[in-house]
Amino acid sequence: MAQLTVLKQDYGTYDRDDDERYNFPEALRKHNVEITPGSIETLQINITKLCNQACVHCHVDSSPKRTEQMELRTVERCIEILTGHDSIKNLDITGGAPELNPHFDYLVTAARKLGKHVMVRHNLTVTLDGHPVTGESKAYLPQFYAQNNVEVISSLPYYQEYFTDKQRGKGVFEKSIESILLLNEAGYGKEGTGLELNFVYNPVGAFLPAAQESLEADFKRELLSKYGITFNRLYTITNMPINRFKEQLKRIGAYEDYMEKLLNAFNPAAVEGVMCRSLVSVSHDGRIYDCDFNQMLDMQTTSNGIPMTVFNFDFDELTGRRIMFGSHCFGCTAGSGSSCGGSTA
Amino acid sequence: MDYYDTKDLKRFSEVGKFSEELMKKFFDYYNSVTAEDGALTKREKSLIALAVAHAKKCPYCIDAYTTQCLETGADPEQMTEAVHVAASMEAGITLIHGIQMHNALERNGAL
Repeated sequence: MAQLTVLKQDYGTYDRDDDERYNFPEALRKHNVEITPGSIETLQINITKLCNQACVHCHVDSSPKRTEQMELRTVERCIEILTGHDSIKNLDITGGAPELNPHFDYLVTAARKLGKHVMVRHNLTVTLDGHPVTGESKAYLPQFYAQNNVEVISSLPYYQEYFTDKQRGKGVFEKSIESILLLNEAGYGKEGTGLELNFVYNPVGAFLPAAQESLEADFKRELLSKYGITFNRLYTITNMPINRFKEQLKRIGAYEDYMEKLLNAFNPAAVEGVMCRSLVSVSHDGRIYDCDFNQMLDMQTTSNGIPMTVFNFDFDELTGRRIMFGSHCFGCTAGSGSSCGGSTA
Repeated sequence: MDYYDTKDLKRFSEVGKFSEELMKKFFDYYNSVTAEDGALTKREKSLIALAVAHAKKCPYCIDAYTTQCLETGADPEQMTEAVHVAASMEAGITLIHGIQMHNALERNGAL
């Protein structure tokens, strides 16, 4: 319980006025649908906010200046939780650039030894950039991933330079292509290797993603013909109106229109597959949330008023919890839906 | 106040105030043509609509179909080409009327 005493209890960027105006629980009631936890199949852990990039849309507000890191004892506690729960089949490691946590390799290998499916949200460029503070090389990553049969999930906003660099910074597209080719060389995205390479598309601005299937076909055709790149699947994800992206929307005067668009596109069929039904999200300091977005808004999961962390982890309490909603939840239910695994409907 | 207000597009259905049935028929037709994949994909239709919006100089349609093009996976390069198609068609349409000028010159004994 000592850990609990050091946890901050503020609700930083959580905006109650927006939740009134764009009332998600009311939309659920109106459409006669509800969102309750199913099980916990995935433990998603955010092990650092440090990143070699600083993307316009990043809901984590990651950058080379961030210092938050998951400590070894918290990493070990996550491994204990995976060990003790067979129903948690997947470990989804995210950041920042998760590879910049000093315990990253240990976590991956430990989870693989337990037979868990390990997914890493890999930003591609870190392989070439290395550690933004220490300069440590990360060139080993493609081989490391292949040896551990990790599912690599990488953000690639478009199959052309313009949209990619606009969202992720100048020169990122070229570096991403170079890094993808290294993954292909290691066997990723190649038939028969079992090494899965999936890309994530999210719009560069205040609009909804195109249909996943047709965009995937475009990405496959264009990346193969121009660069000889192959990959498995494309996941389309809606930009969440929180943190850095919300600030951008407000700056360009598009926030209200974007929220209205999400609200009008509410799709009851997209509700079933939303991520909070099958995962819990863990922050670098071990706190537990319904999803990565609630984590970034400091909307921590509680049980009987007690904040839940990996140190008081209780599977039954968590599967019986009440999921916390906010106006940003409309991002997951708009159009074809949106989750860490792409569209849901 | 500007003559064209962006917010007015959301009031499109109000045009049906005095003839609801005709407006409904129009929207049904419009949505059948533009909102789904058919022999043309929704993206191809959106690019055509964007080109027409420029040729007809409709600010509402330019806004709407710029978004629609993005949401169907088109990129600014394709959208710009669509606008060039509209522009070149307009130029061609103007230029082909040069033949009418030649005909008139002929009638005046000047050609």
